[in-house]
Amino acid sequence: MSTDIETKNASQAAEAGERRINMIEAINDALDTMLGRDPDVIVMGEDVGYFGGVFRCTAGLQEKHGKTRVFDTPISECGIIGVAVGMGAYGLRPVPEIQFADYIYPGLDQLISEAARLRYRSATDYIAPLTVRSPFGGGIFGGQTHSQSPEAIFTHVSGLKTVIPSTPYDAKGLLISCIEDNDPVIFFEPKRIYNGPFSGYYDKPVEPWKKHKDSVVPEGYYKIPLGKARHVTEGEQLTVLTYGTMVHVAEAVCREKGVEADILDLRTLVPLDIEAIEASVEKTGRCLIVHEATRTSGFGAELSALVTERCFYHLEAPVERVTGFDTPYPHSLEWAYFPGPVRIGDAIDKILKD
Amino acid sequence: MADRPDGAGETGHNKPALSLHVPEPRYRPGDTVDFSHLNIPEAGAQARPDETCDPKDMGALAYDLVRVLGEDNKAHGPWNPNLDAETLRTMLGHMAMVRAFDERMFRGQRQGKTSFYMKCTGEEATSVAASMALASDDMVFPSYRQQGILIARGYPIVDMINQIYSNKADKLKGRQLPIMYSSREHSFFSISGNLATQLPQATGWAMASAIKGDSRIAATWVGEGSTAEGDFHSACTFATVYNAPVIFNVINNQWAISSFSGFAGAERTTFAARALGYGLAGLRVDGNDALAVYAAQRWAANRARANAGPTLIEYFTYRAEGHSTSDDPSGYRSAQEREEWPLGDPIMRLKNHLVAIGEWDEDRQQAMDLEAAEKVKAATKEAEKNGILGHGMHHPFHTMFEDVFEELPWHLKEQAEQATRERQIKWPQGGGPKT
Repeated sequence: MSTDIETKNASQAAEAGERRINMIEAINDALDTMLGRDPDVIVMGEDVGYFGGVFRCTAGLQEKHGKTRVFDTPISECGIIGVAVGMGAYGLRPVPEIQFADYIYPGLDQLISEAARLRYRSATDYIAPLTVRSPFGGGIFGGQTHSQSPEAIFTHVSGLKTVIPSTPYDAKGLLISCIEDNDPVIFFEPKRIYNGPFSGYYDKPVEPWKKHKDSVVPEGYYKIPLGKARHVTEGEQLTVLTYGTMVHVAEAVCREKGVEADILDLRTLVPLDIEAIEASVEKTGRCLIVHEATRTSGFGAELSALVTERCFYHLEAPVERVTGFDTPYPHSLEWAYFPGPVRIGDAIDKILKD
Repeated sequence: MADRPDGAGETGHNKPALSLHVPEPRYRPGDTVDFSHLNIPEAGAQARPDETCDPKDMGALAYDLVRVLGEDNKAHGPWNPNLDAETLRTMLGHMAMVRAFDERMFRGQRQGKTSFYMKCTGEEATSVAASMALASDDMVFPSYRQQGILIARGYPIVDMINQIYSNKADKLKGRQLPIMYSSREHSFFSISGNLATQLPQATGWAMASAIKGDSRIAATWVGEGSTAEGDFHSACTFATVYNAPVIFNVINNQWAISSFSGFAGAERTTFAARALGYGLAGLRVDGNDALAVYAAQRWAANRARANAGPTLIEYFTYRAEGHSTSDDPSGYRSAQEREEWPLGDPIMRLKNHLVAIGEWDEDRQQAMDLEAAEKVKAATKEAEKNGILGHGMHHPFHTMFEDVFEELPWHLKEQAEQATRERQIKWPQGGGPKT
């Protein structure tokens, strides 16, 4: 459906004079679009109804679509996700919100043991087509319980898809794909870039999304397929594999250093666009992986292993990882934790040295 | 702290020492059993409130015990569902079939035909009678001891055995532990090994039904031990908040594997009384009285259908057998418990009732038992043609990689190819592992 819009890129849309919105508005737009298109779509979560969510992602949706389509829930992540599994088994397409990714752990059993395995264990008798939305990542002075990036926990689970947008255009198109997907999806929203593409300098003002080419978001329905990475920049010197907030930080560092990098925004970690990764590393021969999550057993470890296994003879330098540290996210020292321009710059220098 | 100056907590303080209570069941192996402490009220003595009543007005029923069948084998009181004899005979037949099935499958496990089995001996009424009180398209979210629902709903016995044997005809493609059935066609949800997860799911299904203006309700079963799981409390909260048309059936069979019900809090209050704190309707019912089980489930179903709210029912019963074929109850409980259980055997009680009202006799009972055993035996032979566990007659091995996702992603394709190569090396003549 709407393949003409799917293939249209943001700059073409801009030329057509279309609107520019931020990521929160794009997510709201995706939910609004799907609530309007499909009577089986349900939006639920703590504070998502009348108030419209702590980040305002669901603002106005209850008023427009009604209280039984968009509603508040008890503070019970286990309940929110478990109830969504039952709704999915009935035939609805629930889009539960977990207010912060750090709070998802009480609901993990329902996601990991139930939602992710329902299709398999019932031999397709039942499916759980839910999309769990959750803001994640740090850089907002959220302390250790409002800043985590737990994506690796979910990528380790058979039967779950993990999706992370980095622009308003992608956020809308990917979220619509997630809602229409018949598998359970976890959709992590990088909250540091809800309002603008953060470049990694905490002491510089963040440009609003409306100045960015990827803030042009078409009205109505369009989809970005899951499992397809986005080329942020094309270059020959090295490949940067990244996602979420770090896409913009890595892009800014490469621009400042004058490095011509092939930056891939992975967009979906499961399913992963292995073809794009292989093609890029084979072209550049050097690979940097950047994510905000803690290092040990993070998704960067999986990426590094894949690149080493599949592109070893094309590599001219060891694969490098830039990540958060293996500590909880410290409140007052969050900029020391954050994998910012210095850490990324050092890694780039190291990779390019040989 | 103000009342504990430095060092005061170490020695010599003058406050009574705190002590921890660790529950202990009344009887261990070798002990003589005495159930006289149980308050078993007269059958028929319990009030039957209107199905739409306020939960606050029926609180006493969460501590009482709804009973219909009396010592005289007659049905008594306002909870008598007044079922016709044909329905009662059908109910008895399903329960006898469950018992015959359990006996055969238990033996099958001991003979090495499968890895595992769980009997529900003594609890047959809590699934058979309860499911007969529901509409056939009401959605059930069972735990692992509700084989009686499938039998009552007419699920083919041979398909149950195929699942238990994980053979090539297993509808679940050999992926689930034996007894963890699933049948969308029979509105029977896929069983999980993780406990109580089905309670929020049943609530969500019921909420979805209400959102869509459907008329179907949901019912779910959980053991009393699993009420300690967070999922139970999440489900109760969601059910009461949204007035979901759902029934929570708590099977209090006294034992959670080898831990007695005290470890789920049974020493302090009843499981039905958990309903009160949530504002749910709560009923405590004699789970070995098939008529009381039927009546309570029908009451709760009518309540849900009338948008009057969810109900939590505790069925007070006894697990006459071990937890599973992997469990030996003689190691933790008195062997006498089963014989001394004061609420009797649900099948015998229903049989005696039918005899007492002149609708049944010993000859017919014997013929029925024989027929059930023969049916199960024939189904077993039929299922064995499709293979037994570990004898190589299972689903094609590539099905292992299917249904993880709707479509096979590249990494699973690669792993499936790897498995194919391994298989060709291990079994060049084809086939698979033989044990």
